[in-house]
Amino acid sequence: MDTFLQQVVNGLTLGAVYAVVALGYTMVYGIVQLINFAHGEVVMIGCMVAFTVIVALASAGLPPMLVLALGALAAIAVCMAVGYGIERVAYRPLRNAPRLAPLITAIGLSIVLQHLALLVWGRSYIAFPQIIEVKLYRLGNAETSATISNVQIAIVVASAVMMAALLALVYRTRMGIAMRATSQNPAVAGLMGIDVNRTIAQTFLIGAALGAVAGVMVGAYYGIAHYQMGFMLGLKAFSAAVLGGIGNLAGAVLGGLLMGLIEAMGAGYMGDFTRVCTLDTLLPGFAEACASNPDASLLGSNYKDVYAFIVLILVLVFRPSGLLGERVGDRA
Amino acid sequence: MSLLSLSQVEVHYGGIRALKGVSMEVRAGELVALIGANGAGKTTTLRAIAGLARATGGIRFDGQSLLGQAPHAIARSGIALVPEGRGVFAQLTVDENLAMGAYSRGDRAAIEKDREHVLSLFPRLAERLTQTAGTLSGGEQQMLAIGRALLSRPRLLLLDEPSMGLAPLLVDRIFEVIRRVSAEGVTMLLVEQNANLALEVASRAYVLENGEVSISGSAADLLGNPKVQAAYLGIEG
Ligand SMILES: Nc1ncnc2c1ncn2[C@@H]1O[C@H](COP(=O)(O)OP(=O)(O)O)[C@@H](O)[C@H]1O
Ligand SMILES: [Mg+2]
Repeated sequence: MDTFLQQVVNGLTLGAVYAVVALGYTMVYGIVQLINFAHGEVVMIGCMVAFTVIVALASAGLPPMLVLALGALAAIAVCMAVGYGIERVAYRPLRNAPRLAPLITAIGLSIVLQHLALLVWGRSYIAFPQIIEVKLYRLGNAETSATISNVQIAIVVASAVMMAALLALVYRTRMGIAMRATSQNPAVAGLMGIDVNRTIAQTFLIGAALGAVAGVMVGAYYGIAHYQMGFMLGLKAFSAAVLGGIGNLAGAVLGGLLMGLIEAMGAGYMGDFTRVCTLDTLLPGFAEACASNPDASLLGSNYKDVYAFIVLILVLVFRPSGLLGERVGDRA
Repeated sequence: MSLLSLSQVEVHYGGIRALKGVSMEVRAGELVALIGANGAGKTTTLRAIAGLARATGGIRFDGQSLLGQAPHAIARSGIALVPEGRGVFAQLTVDENLAMGAYSRGDRAAIEKDREHVLSLFPRLAERLTQTAGTLSGGEQQMLAIGRALLSRPRLLLLDEPSMGLAPLLVDRIFEVIRRVSAEGVTMLLVEQNANLALEVASRAYVLENGEVSISGSAADLLGNPKVQAAYLGIEG
C-alpha cells in the first residue's frame, strides 16, 4: 500500500510536468498541424537558463523564493524568444510545404538547439541548485511511509494554475477564440480581420512559456540538468499528447497525468512482477544469476522510460485519435 | 466615385488563367450582381478582392490599392466576404462565430447593438447561440455567415452564392435579408448562379463568361437582354 500511495504521488507530480509540456505540443499542433519536435529542447533551455540565473544570484543574499522566481522569469523570456524564432525562421517559410518538410526541419532544429546548449552549458550533468529546502510531509496515518515534498506540492499547484489559466485564455478571451478559429479555418479567420501569422506566433509564444516553466519544475524536481534532457522528456510529453488526443487541450492534461502515473507505477511495480528468482522453479536458467543477486529482476526501474513508448504504440494501434480526440487525421 | 474598382484583373491557378482581365466597379450604396455559369470565375473574382487569390491588374477600394495586401488587412479596411460554402467555424458556438465577425472592432456598445440587430434579422440564430455552428442546418449556417459578416460593419459586403443548396423557402428568407441590408445602406457585390433572383434585387449586374465580363448593364436591361434570357434566365428566345 505504501508503494502504491507513494507512486501515485510521484506519478501525479511527473504527470503534471508532462501535461504542461504536452500542452505546448498540442497547442502548436492544433493551430498548424505540425509536431514541433524542438519543444523538448525549449524545455531543456528553460531549465538551463533558470539554472544559470539561480547560480548567479545564489550568493546575492536574496530570499530563495525570489531567486527562483527570477530564474523562472528569465527562463520564460528566453524560451519565448526561442519559440518565436523557431516559428519565424523554420516553420513559417514552410507553412504551405508538404508535411514532411517541416517535420524534418523540426528534428533538425532540435539537434541544433541541443548543440547550442552544449556549447553554452557543456556536456556534463549539472547539479541544479537546491535553494529551496526540501520538506517532506507524511501522507495518511502514522503507519504509512508515503511522503509528499513541498517541491512536489509546488509543482502540482503551479501546473494546475497554468492549465486553468490556459483554458481560460483559449476558451474565454478574444485572442483564444481567434486561435481556435485560426486552427479550424485559417483562410476564413483572415477574412475576419484576424492576423493569422500573428495568432500562430502567439501560440508558439504561449507553448514556449509553458515549456520554460516545465523546465524549471523538472530541474527543481530531479535536481539535475543536461543538454540532452529535453529529448526523452519531449518524446514522453508528445506521447502523452497523442494519448489524450493531439490538438485537444483537455486531452493533453489527461494524457500527461496518465503518462506520469503509468511511468511511476511501472517503475514501482514491474521490478517486483518480473523478479525472476521467485520464479526459479519455472525458469531454472536463472539459478546462477539468482545465486549472486537474489533480487535480480527482468524489468527494474531502469526501464521506466519504456512505458511511455509502449503506451504510444498501443494508442497508435488501437485508438489513433487518442482518448479525447475526435478527428482521426490523415493530417498527422 | 466608385467604392470598388477592378481594372484588367487577372488570376492564375498554376497554368490555368481563371480571370482574363476583368474590369468592373461598385459605387457606394449599390447592390451589384455578378452572374455566370459554373466555373466562369465568380468565386475567383471575390477571392481576388478579399486577398485570398493572388491577382494582377488593379483592384482599388476607396482609393486604396488592395493588391498584395493580406486578407486580414483588407478585412480591416471594411470589406467582408461571405465565402462560398459559408465557412462557419464548425467547432465554435454561434455566439463565438458572431464575435469573430466583430474581431477588428473595439466599440463594445456598438458591437452589442449590431449583434442585437443581426439576431433580429435572423431570430433562428438567437435560439442557437450556445450551439456549435457545425450542428446548424445549411440555411442556418448561411444566416450565421451573413450575420457574422454584418457584425464587422462592412463598407462593402461580398456574398458568394448565398442561395446555394438551400430550400426555396430559405432562399426567400435570405434574399429578404439581403434586400433589407441593402436598403440600410450597405454596399454589396452579390455572386449568384440563380440569375433571376440576383437581377431582382440588384440595380446593376455583370455577366462573367470564361474569366471575362461579357455583358454588363442595369439589372432591368439584363433581364430584357435575349442573350441573358437564353443563357441564364431559362427563357427560350
Ligand atoms: N484552387 C484552384 N485551383 C485550380 N483551379 C481553380 C481553383 N479554383 C478555381 N479554379 C478554376 O478557375 C475557374 C474559375 O473558378 P471559380 O472562380 O470557382 O468559378 P465560379 O465561382 O464562377 O463557379 C474554373 O475553371 C475552376 O476550375
Ligand atoms: Mg463559385
